[in-house]
Amino acid sequence: MGSTRKFRVWRGDENGGDLQDFQVEVNEGEVVLDVIHRLQATQTPDLACRWNCKAGKCGSCSMEINGMPKLGCMTRMSTFTEDETVTITPLRTFPVIRDLVTDVSYNYEKARETPAFAPPAGVAPGDYRMQQVDVERSQEFRKCIECFLCQNTCHVVRDHEENKPEFSGPRYFIRAAELDMHPLDAKTDRKEYAQASMGMGYCNITKCCTEVCPEHIKITDNAIIPMKERVIDRKFDPLVWLGRKILRRDQLNGQGQGLDAPSGKPAGVTGHAKGVGPTSARLPEPPDLQEDGKLALTEITFDRPAAPSPFGEDVSFPMRGTSYVHPDRQRETSPEDEGTQAH
Amino acid sequence: MTTTASRPGAKPRAAIAARTLRTDRWWVPPLGIAAILLFFIAYATVRIFMAKWYFVPEHNYLTPLYSPCVAENCVPGSSHFGTWLPALPFFIPLGIIAFPIVAGFRVTCYYYRKSGYRSLWASPQACAVKEPHTKYTGETRFPLIFMNAHRYFWYLAFAVLLINFYDAALGFKGTDGGFGIGLGTVIIWVNVLALAGYTLSCHVCRHITGGRLKHFSKHPLRYKFWTFVSKLNAKHGTYAMTSLFTVILTDAYIMAVSAGWFSDLRFIN
Ligand code: SF4
Ligand code: SF4
Ligand code: FES
Repeated sequence: MGSTRKFRVWRGDENGGDLQDFQVEVNEGEVVLDVIHRLQATQTPDLACRWNCKAGKCGSCSMEINGMPKLGCMTRMSTFTEDETVTITPLRTFPVIRDLVTDVSYNYEKARETPAFAPPAGVAPGDYRMQQVDVERSQEFRKCIECFLCQNTCHVVRDHEENKPEFSGPRYFIRAAELDMHPLDAKTDRKEYAQASMGMGYCNITKCCTEVCPEHIKITDNAIIPMKERVIDRKFDPLVWLGRKILRRDQLNGQGQGLDAPSGKPAGVTGHAKGVGPTSARLPEPPDLQEDGKLALTEITFDRPAAPSPFGEDVSFPMRGTSYVHPDRQRETSPEDEGTQAH
Repeated sequence: MTTTASRPGAKPRAAIAARTLRTDRWWVPPLGIAAILLFFIAYATVRIFMAKWYFVPEHNYLTPLYSPCVAENCVPGSSHFGTWLPALPFFIPLGIIAFPIVAGFRVTCYYYRKSGYRSLWASPQACAVKEPHTKYTGETRFPLIFMNAHRYFWYLAFAVLLINFYDAALGFKGTDGGFGIGLGTVIIWVNVLALAGYTLSCHVCRHITGGRLKHFSKHPLRYKFWTFVSKLNAKHGTYAMTSLFTVILTDAYIMAVSAGWFSDLRFIN
């Protein structure tokens, strides 16, 4: 069943590189990532490529296949003709590390700048209640696998490196929309923030992000345009503006309660993505060391079961003191007892 | 080495010189769309300054490009809403009330922005194809920041749509002055329905019917509206292009009948 097909793969690093020709065997049912693996196994053991799940769910294997940003593991070889040369290059918007591996720190910096969920006042964790119709819109954006194909395709930064400090990119516009539409999020200035500090005005809704998203998130129609409209509500609608002036509603929007305080740094690619050491407040975290102050040789010999718990090492599970009770069940036990009984 | 404008201090990208490595015919859609848009702009410009052949008095057919016609020098009978403007000189189109509104509505429309930026402005022409501009600021400043005025154009365009419906209702005028249906009536109605689809599927409409709400559960009726508009909205581009063609078709048909190139095909009376 197998046939030998032609490939051109970009090989190189920050000092330069070029497209190299290969002939690789391709079998029925295979995807581009399989071909990369066969190349590594047979001809180029040092070809660098990121991958993990091979199921389109980890977002690691983003690359450009015949010039289009795609997941290597989700691009079937059957979509090409037998005599077609398939060109595989790294993502072109981010600095290259080696071969198909790029440095995507830009995206993580933007993630860190994006204000996180703001818990509602007066509702204890575990007491959050939401209706499905209210969270549906936000849920679409939770499908994101952070492959950064949208970030890579967006011409605002792909063709204009100098826009990176001001522009957060489509992946973070859906994050902003997700939280702005979230029924329990208490932050009220996400729209203004998206416009002023995330560079949403740079987007000219040409929809390439939507075209490449492997999760088929309607980034432009369901996140960016609604967010632009929400900005217009606040900033450009004379009727709304007049109404707010007359009714003094602008004073009721949580201003002065700390909720609308500017969040995070205004804008900017500041640290690793800029090519310098980290400059943001959050320094790189040191590795987890053993009691003797040394790194564990293997996970098996490590004195802890796994990576450090995000809850802290002194918390044991099930946690006590949470007030969560399934709404369908009666609150038979007091919140204090939850977690100690019937588990 | 990198193929894009770079920022001092930025780490280098992969050294790939090609503008794009896409192998499909990515230039076909922008070319096609550009041809359509340019044709419409040229056609509309010629037609709005023509100042004749826009009304068929026997059957009350009025082309949407001249509706409402409210100047003194409009053809008798075509002024469904009175003539409260003085006679206009040749360089002001008779459709001066509605034409800037519908033109502005289309220019600022999110769908036409996409197609216009891609096909006419090459920003970018297609995904993963390098754009020719060396600088880019998007819609952050003058003049493109005015694209945000789409909402006000929508409010106005909605009023124009109602006028179009009124004109279309008057188009049921038979040869003897009573009720009648001709091919023109059908074309006019197809056009207003396409225009209604275009106006209702607009992203602004989706936003103001329900999109701006945080809690759908507290507004069940508006949620229903929003769900309906969202369904239409998914086809907004189709409505946008369809209505562009139906407007041209309606106008061309009325021009032909009015100029006497052929007569209206009558089905009833
Ligand atoms: S729609 Fe906006 S965010 Fe998405 S790729 Fe285009 S310019 Fe970038
Ligand atoms: S929005 Fe889509 S394209 Fe962008 S990072 Fe998430 S999954 Fe990838
Ligand atoms: S390997 Fe996980 S998405 Fe491709």
